[in-house]
Amino acid sequence: MKLDKQQMLSLLTTMVKIRDFEEKSKDLMLAGKLAGFLHSYSGEEAVAAGVCSELTTQDCICSTHRGHGHIIAKGGNINKMMAELFGKATGYSKGKSGSMHIADISLGIIGANGIVAAGLPIANGVAFALRYEKKDGVVVAFFGDGATNRGTFHEALNLASVWNLPVVFVCENNKFGMSVSQDRHMKIKKISDRAAAYGIPGVTVDGNDPVAVKEAAAKAVDRARSGQGPTLIECLTWRHYGHFIGDPGIYKDPEEQKLWLSPERDPIARFKTRLLDEGIATQAEIDAIDTDIAKQIDDAVAFAESSPDPAPSVMFEDVYHD
Amino acid sequence: MTKTMTYVEAIRDAQRLEMERDPNVFIAGEDVALIGSPFGQTAGILEEFGPERILDTPISESQIIGLGVGAAAMGLRPIVCIDFMDFIGCCTDEVVNQAAKLPYMLGGQISLPMVIRTNIGGGINAAAQHSQCLEAMFTSIPGLKIVTGGTPADVKGLLEGAVRDNNPVLVLEHKAAGGLTGEVPEGEYVLPIGKAAVKRPGTDVTIVTYSTMIYKCLAAAETLAQAGISAEVIDLLSLVPLDKECILKSVEKTGRAVIVHEAVEFGGFGGEIAAIIADEGFDLLNAPVKRVGAPFTPVPFSAVLEKEYQPSEEKIVSVVKSLF
Repeated sequence: MKLDKQQMLSLLTTMVKIRDFEEKSKDLMLAGKLAGFLHSYSGEEAVAAGVCSELTTQDCICSTHRGHGHIIAKGGNINKMMAELFGKATGYSKGKSGSMHIADISLGIIGANGIVAAGLPIANGVAFALRYEKKDGVVVAFFGDGATNRGTFHEALNLASVWNLPVVFVCENNKFGMSVSQDRHMKIKKISDRAAAYGIPGVTVDGNDPVAVKEAAAKAVDRARSGQGPTLIECLTWRHYGHFIGDPGIYKDPEEQKLWLSPERDPIARFKTRLLDEGIATQAEIDAIDTDIAKQIDDAVAFAESSPDPAPSVMFEDVYHD
Repeated sequence: MTKTMTYVEAIRDAQRLEMERDPNVFIAGEDVALIGSPFGQTAGILEEFGPERILDTPISESQIIGLGVGAAAMGLRPIVCIDFMDFIGCCTDEVVNQAAKLPYMLGGQISLPMVIRTNIGGGINAAAQHSQCLEAMFTSIPGLKIVTGGTPADVKGLLEGAVRDNNPVLVLEHKAAGGLTGEVPEGEYVLPIGKAAVKRPGTDVTIVTYSTMIYKCLAAAETLAQAGISAEVIDLLSLVPLDKECILKSVEKTGRAVIVHEAVEFGGFGGEIAAIIADEGFDLLNAPVKRVGAPFTPVPFSAVLEKEYQPSEEKIVSVVKSLF
């Protein structure tokens, strides 16, 4: 896949935006300014950036508890996201849901989800609706390696394949289901092998390379859009932190952790080097992106902090619809 | 105009009419299309509406409900079917954490106009994994509506009302009621969700019930009348939202209340009704609130045991008489 400069810089911008949002959120949580659970996407940015760069506005995504990256990559509004993390009235869910449940239906973001592997059956429902209404859209379901051990993963891949639904299943294999490493939670090495059980293509890609992810996504999206059914893409990646901010991750091998965080492996540092090495972008251009994003994130925090708390009556809204 | 229909025919009629009225309505579930459901509740719909609108699914209950959630989030109006409510344990997350909560957790960005049709109850010698009334597992989940009709007319009206409702609605049909007949309004017939019906007026005691227990309660009321006790029988029709006003208005008149359901008495929905009456109607009472439900055991298989297990007309009569 040959990408032009604008496409490459767009991938970088998305990844930097995700990273900065996550790092800022982490700092805010450690400073005691955010409450609840925060599952950082830091380290996995290339997956969301690569996959969502292949989606149009008519396409939808179903995300996870570790969902900020997907939402940002699909165009989510970071002010409303940050406000939701703060539990403010201006947040995506009016402060009723927090980090794990951000959605923007107008952008096809059907929602993050606090239950592991819950998004997959829902993604099939969304895909079914798109096809029922003869729309051209496809749906991406994101999930982690741990999710592939839940029954809903298998129910969903089976239905999507037997019904040829326009879905792309994207597994972010960050090597751990909560604290349990892959070799302790499944017998197989390649999660993409599970696709064979459903008669669909399964591919494993370098999940820290946004271009590799984008290529795999392009193929899978095209296949789904043209009515040929789902694909399982396994993206090999690494979460920089524990399962949640506050989990020290003692179950990780320190050497492996060091390797994945090194500039050679980290998706953003590595991609910046590539842009420079291949003469696609200058250091000044990269710095400009960094500066611009940093300001956007600061603005999002300022927006969230200056936003009002929800009125108590908000609690009673949206339980039932007329 | 009414027509004599069986309970199952009424369910089928409701779905046909709603599918005809609204192209966004579709049905999915196990065995619903080709063979028309275990009791024939969807028989003929495949032939009439085609395979795009009624779909046999794999045996994948989580996926069935998830399909409904995703499709409803996009504006369709799915009717998803879990044959027996006993199987709902296989998809409790999709019902409790997804269908019931997403409209709220997404800050009202979506509503989920979906119907979950399922069958409750025993009386067909199907044993403990195919005979339960599990409504109390769901009545304490905000975001769900729960309706249940024991007669052909009620099941039709409630089902059509559920399809038109903009929330996830659990429609609890009774699996032993399939062949019961009754007069059913012809054409579209919509009952309001959240309204109970006084099925027999009376002055001395209020019997509150739902689903097919209505028949035993009405028979008990007849027997009680011969003994000089005038029983008012309320069919809740909707458990959530609950028509508290109807119950309290009746108790205000009668001063006595007996709650009857097929589900296990301990921890059953009757406890909530009793609590409401005690809480909001204590001064209206001339006697303690009584409940009649199943004993605290799994549903037994043997016909002899199951008959003993189910709340009987005699039991209802004797509990009512104990209040005088």
